[in-house]
Formats: sequence, structure tokens, C-alpha cells
Amino acid sequence: MNGFLSAISGLGRKVISSIERMGRGQIFLFHTIMSTGVIFKEFSLLVKQMHSVGVLSIQIIAVSGLTVGMVLSLQGYNTLVDFGAEQSLGQMVALSLVREMGPVLTALLFAGRAGSALTAEIGLMKVTEQLPAMEIMAVDPYRKIIAPRFYAGLISMPLLAAIFSAIGVLGGYLVGVELLGVDSGAFWSQMQSKVGFYEDIVNGVIKSIVFGLVVTWIAVYEGHDAAPTTEGVSRATTRTVVNSAFAVLGLDFILTALMFGGA
Amino acid sequence: MEQFAQNHTQDTPSDLLVKMENVSFSHGSRVILDGIDIEIPRGKVTTIMGPSGTGKTTALRLITGQLMPNAGTVLVDGQNVPELARQPLFELRKRMGMMFQTGALFSDLSVFENVAFPLREHTDLPESMIRDIVVMKLQAVGLRGARQLMPSELSGGMSRRVALARTIALDPMMIMYDEPFTGQDPITVGVIMQLIRKLNDSLGLTSIIVSHDVAEVSRISDRLYIIDGGKVEASGSPQTLEESKSEWVQQFLNGRPDGPAKFHYPAKDYAEDLFTL
Repeated sequence: MNGFLSAISGLGRKVISSIERMGRGQIFLFHTIMSTGVIFKEFSLLVKQMHSVGVLSIQIIAVSGLTVGMVLSLQGYNTLVDFGAEQSLGQMVALSLVREMGPVLTALLFAGRAGSALTAEIGLMKVTEQLPAMEIMAVDPYRKIIAPRFYAGLISMPLLAAIFSAIGVLGGYLVGVELLGVDSGAFWSQMQSKVGFYEDIVNGVIKSIVFGLVVTWIAVYEGHDAAPTTEGVSRATTRTVVNSAFAVLGLDFILTALMFGGA
Repeated sequence: MEQFAQNHTQDTPSDLLVKMENVSFSHGSRVILDGIDIEIPRGKVTTIMGPSGTGKTTALRLITGQLMPNAGTVLVDGQNVPELARQPLFELRKRMGMMFQTGALFSDLSVFENVAFPLREHTDLPESMIRDIVVMKLQAVGLRGARQLMPSELSGGMSRRVALARTIALDPMMIMYDEPFTGQDPITVGVIMQLIRKLNDSLGLTSIIVSHDVAEVSRISDRLYIIDGGKVEASGSPQTLEESKSEWVQQFLNGRPDGPAKFHYPAKDYAEDLFTL
């Protein structure tokens, strides 16, 4: 009986702790949004973070986009050729990338590359007492540290997703047209006629903005909330990657259902 | 508690820069400070000592408003810190400085930029004046020639001296030092000791040191507080504490391994423990 009660109370503690963390996360987001003014006042802070979060992520995004596009093209051709529909390869590659693969894979890669780095950086600032030192100097860390990183992630993510999709299409072209012999004109014209600006591209951009917001929010919050020890930073970094992955995949389903579910 | 407060009672409220009255602070169920009273006189060097984990750093964080007490008042220059809203608290903090145990330098900024940081944040001074002030502050800590270095290129002692230069950049009324001597070689300890005393006297500051380096702080402090178990065990000038009859105070000051503060963690009888299967 005692074991059962302690299991119930343990479960209750975990639920309360999770709700408490979610609440703290929302207050954190509120403070971050209230510090938005800094990105206009000190634009250089934003530029510096966009370099660190966005520009330095281009390599992994570009290489991943190229290989995903090439694989999509190869797999798609093998399926489409059975139905004599290989001329639609461009459309298939582009829709897969713009609607799904681009935003989702970019967000997952972004969480691994930039999100984990943001968490570790902010967490280590706590360990080395840089954040408390800033507070003692009457400088708000939300303004100086958190907000520039948050907005850098939010702005970088859709741009990275666009790069991923564009390079993915090129990868698809290389394999489909140059290697497998699909007609170049058919590849591009099918893509042009079947990929809609609003229903495909805009929806893809909306997805990438939402993913960018969620992943960067999780990353900066976990860093700020990390226990100021090496183990605390390590756990926070892991939580960033895992929670971001869950959040992106869950939100992708919800957004896909809302955007394309009724079509 | 043993009080050795000869000078203590002579301080008038205006002589006191910080007054902690009946302050309690708990972390979860663990009581860190249990109704302590600490008075920090203006223009003096006051040290808070005590064994590790007794709440010395917590006391500093209560003074800076980083932590809120569960009970009691923390008056700094006449303002009750726990009751201050964010903006007045930040205004008060501009007149405080704190040197952290690690130095807490911003790792992506050079020595020069670290010292210039508070000036850039809180003043509209032209670049030429910021440069002059930074050079003067670095000269005061003997590191004018190291201004182009990055924090990763500094030794532990140099990091603390740069942190000290950054702390005095805005000419604060008070500086708090959190374990300034920990892990430093004897020369660096001597340099930091000299700097604390010299800066305090020449700039007319009030200094609060948190440390358990008895010999070092006794030489530069005007007043000592020893806290243990969340309470003030003794206070007074270094000399009065040295002459204390309290066994606990003597054990602490002389670093004796056993005494009122037990060497052994509470346990059942040793022999019984060994022969119990």
C-alpha cells in the first residue's frame, strides 16, 4: 500500500514539476519578448548572433539538403517509373522538400547544431557566473544575452529551411536529370506548375517560423534554467535536443493537419 | 552567540551602509540563514567568515537582491532591498560592485572591453573618455599592459584583478568580494589583499569580503563576522576575536580539526558499527 502511495505521489510530483517548468518557460518567453527593443537599439548584437546561429549552420544544412534531395529523387524515380510518371519527379521532389522535409529536417538539424550550442553557451555563462555578474552590474541578461539569441534563431530558421529546400531541389535535379535521364524541361515545368505559392511555399515558411520559434525558445530557456554545474549544462543540452525533436515532430503533425488535412 | 561588538554599538544608522536585521533564508526545507543581524559600517572593510556552506555567499546575494529573504529586512543605503522593484533595484546595483570567485569575466570580450562594459552600458561617455577611464582602472590593478588579452589568456589572479578593475569602473559606493583568495598562489593573495585595502581607503569605498581564509582577512579587515549554522557566532574586530574565550571561535580561527565543531559526521558507536553483521 505504501509503495502504491509513494508511486502516486511521485507521479504527482513529476506532473507538478512539469507544469511548473512549462509555466516558467512561458514567463521566460514573456520577458524575452518584452526585451525585443534591444534588437533595434543594438542591431550589432543580433547580427553577431545570426552569424553564430545561422551562418555557421549553413554548411550542415546545405550538405543535408543536397543528400536528402538526391535520395528523394532516386527513390521517387524508382517508384514513379513503374507508372510511367517519372516526368513528375520535379514536382514530387519540390513538394516533399517545401512542405515537409525542408522545415522538419532543418528544424531537427538546427536543434542539434545551433540549439545545443545556444543552451551550452548560456548554461556555461551561468556556471562561470557571467549572468549573475551582468545582473549585479544592473544589466538585464534578457536584453543583452537572451533576446538577441532568440531573435537570431527565429530569423535564421526560415532562411535555413529555404536554403535546405533550394539545395535539395538542385540535388534532386542532379540525380533525376543528370544521372537518371529525366527530361530537364519536364522536371522544371512540372515543378513550376504544381507547386503553389500560397498552399505550398507559404505554408512551408509558416512551419519553419513556428519550428524556429519553438526550437530557439527551448534552447535559450534550457540554457537559462540549467543548474550551474557541468552536469546541469550537459543535461540541459540533452533536453534541448530531445524536447525540440518531440516538439517539432508533434507540431508538424498538427500544422500539416491544419494546412493540408482538409485538402 | 558571543558578541564582541565594542565598536558595534557606537555606529549610528547613518554610519551603516548595510544593515541586515533578523534575516532568514531557506532553500526548500534547508535553513541557510536563521535570523541573522549583520551591520556593515561605511568606509570599512568587513569580512563575513564561516565554514563552507554556512550561507556566507547567500548573505551577499541577499544584499544585492539576487535572493529574497523569507523574513527580515536588508537595508542598503537606507533602502530595503527585498521591497525594491526591478528599476530601483537596478539603480541601486549601479552603485554596488561584486567580484565573483571566478572573476566572471565575459569570455567573448577582451580585458579592455570587459572593463569598458559597465561604462558603455550605463554612461554616454565618448570613446576617448571611456578609453582613459579603462586605462586608469587597469593601471590601478597593475594590468594596463594586458588590455588587449582575452580572458582565456589570463591566469586566475589576473582574471580577478581585471574583474576588480571592471567592478570599480563606475566608482561604486561598495564592493563585495566573494572568496577572493580561493585557489590563488601566495603572491596573488598578497596582491589582491593589498588592492582591496588600498582601493577601499583611496576611493572611500565600503568593502564586504566573504572568505574563510582567516589569516589573510584578519590582516585587512576592520570587522569580522563569523557565521555558522545560519547564525552569527561572533563578531568584532580581528583582535577581539583572537582573544575570544569561545572554544568554537578558537577552533575556527586556528583551524583545529576537532572541537565543538565535530570531525566525525554523526554516526552510531564505532565498535558497534564494526562488529555488527
